[in-house]
Amino acid sequence: MILIDYGDFMDWEKLGLKMGLEIHQQLDTKSKLFCPCSCNLTDKKADYEILRNLRPTQSELGKIDRAAFQEARRKLRFLYEAYSQETCLVEADEEPPCPLNLEAMELAIVVASLLNMKVMDEFHTMRKQVIDGSNTGGFQRTGLVATHGFLETSQGKVVIENLCLEEDAARRIETTSDGVKFRLDRLGIPLLEITTDPSIHHPEQVKEVAYQLGQVLRSTKVKRGLGTIRQDLNISIRDGARVEVKGVQNLDLMPTMVQREVERQIKLIEIRDTLLKREAQVEDEIFDVKSVFEDTGSKIIASAPAVKGLKLTGFAGLVGMEIQPGRRLGTEFSSYAKKLGVSGIFHTDELPAYGISSREVDRLKDFTGAGAEDAVIIVAHQEEIAQGALEEVKRRALMCFDGVVEETRKALPEGNTEYMRPLPTSSRMYLETDIPTFTITRPQVQKIKNNLPEIPRAKKERMESEYNLSEDLATQLVKRDKVDDFENIMNNLKLDPTVVASLLAYSLRELKRDGHSMDSLDSKTLINALKLLEQDKISKDAISPILIHVSQKNSSPQEAAEALDLLMLKESDVEDIIQKIISQKEDMVKQRGMGSMGPLMGIVMKELKGKADGKLVNKVLKESIQKFL
Amino acid sequence: MNYRGSAKKLLESSGISIGDLITIEKDDVTYQGMVLDRSEDADDQHIVLKMDSGYNIGVNISSSNLKLVEKGKKPKLDLKPLTIKEDPAKKDISIISTGGTVASIIDYKTGAVHPAFTAEDLLITNPELRDMANIKGKAICNILSENMKPEYWVKSARSIYDEINEGAYGVVVAHGTDTMHYTSAALSFMLETPVPIVITGAQRSSDRPSSDAFLNLLNSVSAAKSDLAEVMVCMYAGSDDTGCYLHRGTKVRKMHTSRRDTFRSINTAPLACMKEGEIEILPGAKGYNSRGTVELKLNDYLEPDVAFIKSFPGINGEIIDYHLDKGYKGIVLEGTGLGHCPDQLIPSLERAADYQVPVVMTSQCMYGKVNMNVYSTGRRLLKAGVISGGDMLGETAYVKLSWALGHSEKLEEVKKIMETNIAGEIEEKSSLDYFLL
Ligand SMILES: [Zn+2]
Repeated sequence: MILIDYGDFMDWEKLGLKMGLEIHQQLDTKSKLFCPCSCNLTDKKADYEILRNLRPTQSELGKIDRAAFQEARRKLRFLYEAYSQETCLVEADEEPPCPLNLEAMELAIVVASLLNMKVMDEFHTMRKQVIDGSNTGGFQRTGLVATHGFLETSQGKVVIENLCLEEDAARRIETTSDGVKFRLDRLGIPLLEITTDPSIHHPEQVKEVAYQLGQVLRSTKVKRGLGTIRQDLNISIRDGARVEVKGVQNLDLMPTMVQREVERQIKLIEIRDTLLKREAQVEDEIFDVKSVFEDTGSKIIASAPAVKGLKLTGFAGLVGMEIQPGRRLGTEFSSYAKKLGVSGIFHTDELPAYGISSREVDRLKDFTGAGAEDAVIIVAHQEEIAQGALEEVKRRALMCFDGVVEETRKALPEGNTEYMRPLPTSSRMYLETDIPTFTITRPQVQKIKNNLPEIPRAKKERMESEYNLSEDLATQLVKRDKVDDFENIMNNLKLDPTVVASLLAYSLRELKRDGHSMDSLDSKTLINALKLLEQDKISKDAISPILIHVSQKNSSPQEAAEALDLLMLKESDVEDIIQKIISQKEDMVKQRGMGSMGPLMGIVMKELKGKADGKLVNKVLKESIQKFL
Repeated sequence: MNYRGSAKKLLESSGISIGDLITIEKDDVTYQGMVLDRSEDADDQHIVLKMDSGYNIGVNISSSNLKLVEKGKKPKLDLKPLTIKEDPAKKDISIISTGGTVASIIDYKTGAVHPAFTAEDLLITNPELRDMANIKGKAICNILSENMKPEYWVKSARSIYDEINEGAYGVVVAHGTDTMHYTSAALSFMLETPVPIVITGAQRSSDRPSSDAFLNLLNSVSAAKSDLAEVMVCMYAGSDDTGCYLHRGTKVRKMHTSRRDTFRSINTAPLACMKEGEIEILPGAKGYNSRGTVELKLNDYLEPDVAFIKSFPGINGEIIDYHLDKGYKGIVLEGTGLGHCPDQLIPSLERAADYQVPVVMTSQCMYGKVNMNVYSTGRRLLKAGVISGGDMLGETAYVKLSWALGHSEKLEEVKKIMETNIAGEIEEKSSLDYFLL
């Protein structure tokens, strides 16, 4: 089978590719969204462990939300790690939430304004049902702050649909057969959720949007580092279905991920067409096939109390068909089965293998009445679990007749995706009655708009035009967050902007890279060091050694310059040294007259060890020779 | 609808009602969504919309143009009727609800939370109960726990009496948690019961997946099938979703404003521990009444005019005098330490004795017994006729005094009743175990 050679080969427009991006970004506020705990994670041993079960609640139609129901079926128990100081009763769902964190709300309005959004008049906190255990209450608190924004990209405008302010979920620590363990430290950290509309139409554009959103977010008080920003991607093609890919970490991988998902959807549509042509069927009966494997060489099967089989009429060859590099339709079946607690499935497209002999495959086919065009799926586990797992496979196999199904999928590191759960239906929200509605007045919004931070791109452009910096230096200053330091120095000292910028953008980094800790270096010390340069007391090459000395010895830059003997000499000192050298080289000077300038310059500079400016030396030397002659 | 003032006027003049799909046009933005009702205490400057995304927003009505997109159907709670068949193999358990929402149903379309009262609602939201018993439900009132009055205790006691008389194998009372321990004490005095009477509620509202309502209810139904023919409170034992305690109705108190395990046994140990519907009777449950050993009896006379006063450093006799002048028939004074109050109260307390108004002393410490023999103040209080509440909780003493006064107006008789253990409210022996359980 030949895989599609994707890349520029695919005609995205013809395929009807549509994408939306959803970004979650943690804010760097003093406290959590609805309690006074700090927003820092901890690795301390938990002071308390709390055991909870969640129960889906019923809506008016007696219909439990699809995704919620799925989670409930897993009957998981949740264990929460709590702390006496780091977390409180709010995270433990033992106390009503405190009032909304105003700092977080202000940051949300800042970001909304930077994204050209319209801010709500009144913010209503909602409860969004999430019963995977990641929220102790069984819901996430969230509210809509702004809508109707946009972003310009090189491939056109992208609409920013919604900006929500919400609580982050508890941190998943481990999954055991007993249930899932969460830590409450992350629960309640303010989070911005930004969603675009599904109008992104090229894999490269989605990367650009993600990059720009990241830039906007980083111009405000947001958390940095691993896990503080999470990206989800919605992908669909015209004949496919909407699939939400969770947890895309790497921006550069986004285009690949899109391509692979498109490929998966195309393959699933192909499979559907083949199945319809073959008049394929998913059989209802689940067979007990334990007897087929009486003296099997497969350890998994031999050790399992029950072995169950499902016949898929007309599925032969399709279950083993590759739909993403290294992933087959069987892998999709397996992901569904795994939700019931099995470690995987076997299917006849991949057998004989794994210790299962061809004789056993033949017997299995005989037993289930499967012909050459049919496939059989088997699961070995405890009776009830094996049965449930095959019911799941049956459900997924039936979906093959619809082609692509709406799903939430997990991003895998190499660019593939794996089934997680059905897409949540939209009926999961109701008002959080423990928190009053929050009025956002227009003067408040205006005040925030008047004091917006500069977004990185504008900042870079301003660095170039205002200070005449090269594009590279301007980019580095912005990227390394040094613009404020730079402007602070430029406001205080009269120095060449390029010298200061390259110090901040490069020299400091090099010092750090060479193993010098620059932690104690504050902006005041930096300004004092540069003041020596401004006053011509040191040369610019002296700055790095001075800073190293300062950080090691905790001295002032002046003291460091003295200790390292890097202070520039005064004109009279230079004169003295030149006088001394002229008298030493008296003969040569007499002989060559002004022609001795060249050789003498070399000797003087060596003697001065860079502690005097070349121009000055040149001037004094010239005068001294003239005087001597 | 709760809209008022300008918002109400605008909605009415635009011919828009709750549930309608509308657009609100503003200078720079247009919102579309379904009109929702607004909370009663909110301002009249905003209209609430539920957006397609599920989010609610409030839109300021100034320079807003409302347009109807589609008339909404009146949202109504449409539960499919249940056909509940009685199973002769199962016990009949009655669930009486007083208004605490042990069950509720969310209308996700509008976000409204409907409290569920009928047995049917209860069984729809908690279908597991059907496996446990034939559930018969009755809603006797619908009031918040804080609005409970002695007259509702009487109403509840009579309903429970009827249920037991009609053959209930056990009774569960769903109750708000704030005053649950007053009601449990009242029922303990008013009813002599051959079957378990279990009072329960929820600290986390039942609309949330994390609610404690289900486990409390499940364990209560189970407790109602047990051998413990007592009035009991069944609530979480700890913060975990692992089990509940059964507390004696007269020796239990709400001790935390919000935690699930807020109810604690005071000056005694819990009677039993309930885990996943299994009962484990604890060693502390000595001398409980077994099922069928006591004949059903209702003593529902209560004197409502009883005051419950807390002593504090700046208190003076006026407060006591006020109640005497107003004709209160009895006073429970929650004193400090072993059962003391400032000297300046003594003349008023003597006056109470002259008026034949019993004054019962309990302690703000809650833990431990009142003993007025140790210090001179205590001895002066005894001399003034103050009755010792022993190790009774203040709340229990207050309920018991109402009940005692319902039976007799004679000071001596009331005193005797107060000092006699009627429903496990007084323990003679203070165990080393009984502290901060
Ligand atoms: Zn907290």
